[in-house]
Amino acid sequence: MNMIAEKKIAAIPDFSNSPHIDHVGVEERASRFTKRSIKAETKLNGLKLTLNMIDLTTLEGKDTDGKVKQLCYKAQHLHDSYPGLPTVAAVCVYPSMVGVAKKSLEGSGINVASVATAFPSGQASRDVKIRDVKFAVNNGADEVDMVISRGKFLQGEYNFVFDEIAAVKEACGSARLKVILETGELVTYDKVRRASDIAMYAGADFIKTSTGKISPAATMPVTLVMLEAIRDFYYKTGKMIAMKPAGGISKSKAALHYLVMLKEILGDAWMNNHWFRFGASSLANDVLMQLEKERTGVYQSANYFSVD
Amino acid sequence: MARLEVLKTYKIYIGGQFPRTESGRYYSPKNKNGQSLANICLSSRKDFRDAVVAARGAFGGWSGRSAFNRSQILYRIAEILEGRRLQFVDELIKQNSSTKDAENEINLSIDRLIYYAGWCDKFQQVFSSVNPVASSHFNFSVPEPTGIVAIIAPQNTSLLGLISVIAPTIAGGNTCVVLASENKPLCAVTFAEVINSSDVPGGVINILTGKCSELIKYFADHMDVNAVVYCEKDKESQQLIKEKAALNVKRVLLYDSINWEDEEKGQSPYFIIDTQEIKTTWHPIETVGSAKAGY
Repeated sequence: MNMIAEKKIAAIPDFSNSPHIDHVGVEERASRFTKRSIKAETKLNGLKLTLNMIDLTTLEGKDTDGKVKQLCYKAQHLHDSYPGLPTVAAVCVYPSMVGVAKKSLEGSGINVASVATAFPSGQASRDVKIRDVKFAVNNGADEVDMVISRGKFLQGEYNFVFDEIAAVKEACGSARLKVILETGELVTYDKVRRASDIAMYAGADFIKTSTGKISPAATMPVTLVMLEAIRDFYYKTGKMIAMKPAGGISKSKAALHYLVMLKEILGDAWMNNHWFRFGASSLANDVLMQLEKERTGVYQSANYFSVD
Repeated sequence: MARLEVLKTYKIYIGGQFPRTESGRYYSPKNKNGQSLANICLSSRKDFRDAVVAARGAFGGWSGRSAFNRSQILYRIAEILEGRRLQFVDELIKQNSSTKDAENEINLSIDRLIYYAGWCDKFQQVFSSVNPVASSHFNFSVPEPTGIVAIIAPQNTSLLGLISVIAPTIAGGNTCVVLASENKPLCAVTFAEVINSSDVPGGVINILTGKCSELIKYFADHMDVNAVVYCEKDKESQQLIKEKAALNVKRVLLYDSINWEDEEKGQSPYFIIDTQEIKTTWHPIETVGSAKAGY
């Protein structure tokens, strides 16, 4: 045991030496993924996989029990007139709604994810954040989405950020931890890479781009940088980390582009909802409309799909 | 020194932009002298799909504008059209019109826009009603725009037919996707430029060029289209439209024997009402005991 612990500590690198990112190269590479030709059958499978990878999300100040129940119902009955559809992966809510969501999703196999740690700003004391996490977990959250302290990170206090993530991970117990970097506030790809490395070494099960409250949210290049960080981490440690782009992905075409990128960077092992998620609310309906279009041969209208 | 003429690229008009067709296909309609008119976009079903998305996006804003404002904008289209009449006359002549006919057509087209500009804030009064009911309710019916109207424009005229079907549609607060005349498409594309500089918000009018036979199915069966307009006599096409439109119960409007040059029959507020839905409201009258019959 001791030896393993020591090995772990020794393996933590100096994060200021995280690789620098070629800005132009990354954007060029990311744009290539959008130009693949995807044939009908592949598209169909991709769309179903996308549905299955969605974390159906509602994170509004005006959320009520009723709204959450409705979302949970939707998660289980995406479009009943289409037989054999998968369900979404999880429903993502605020900690105060975890209990309601858990009850509504009982027996469905759909996870409850909860944002925590003073989401979305993360501007609270360590103590408050840990309690927030424990509250969510005690109410039955299967997954916890935490935000990093971007202010501290940008100040260069990497140890603070690292310790915070590690402390939250401990508070999570068996719940899987998603670490939100809020890339829109980190600005440069170098910082995204560095934050990814910190999160993974500190114990993240997922790294996630954004809260969805800041623009820009998930973009292809940012996700590419994070996927490459996951790949490098895997080569170094043999440990797989999951990825979750969130915010701004609302069209199925964009989702398919992300899947192409995922397959080409990380490969088949990551092509399922244990290792990849989409954080989105309106994406599900667009995917459903595309699936119906493929099935019926007729372009669809939002009027015939449930409101999220 | 001889100068190279700069030829115009005829593109389609979707969401306030002038893209080329996503299909990359073109056709070259000819006039009666065998002269090629231009390379025209052969729009695909995906162009149509994109246009419907643009039209849906524009619907809320356009239908929410005051009727008076829509009236001003229609008037503005007429103003700009007047300023560019020579270009339209030139194109009409290229497409087999005599000079006299061409001038007549552009005059009628401008007048038609003015006609519908006038009706924008008046048809509601004419077609609304307060209905007598046998309970203590104030009951009234008003026309509201139906949504997106997919229009296959008249084939035998280049400009007048196009304007005669677009103007009443947008006057009533709908947005539209229009397929221009297949053999005479020049004025439609130039008209798109007029629209684009007339305060008409992007997406309210979308104009495609191409083959009716290819696109008619999609015009009729797209679930997000609320009404479809067809102006030809072809019975098979009419049948197809009726069948496909039944999918989401679209309004089907067959204007197959209308002489658009006729100022009596080619324009009327009933063309506006064709793409309106009548909404009836039952408003309870509170003081039932003391209320007298009346409104």
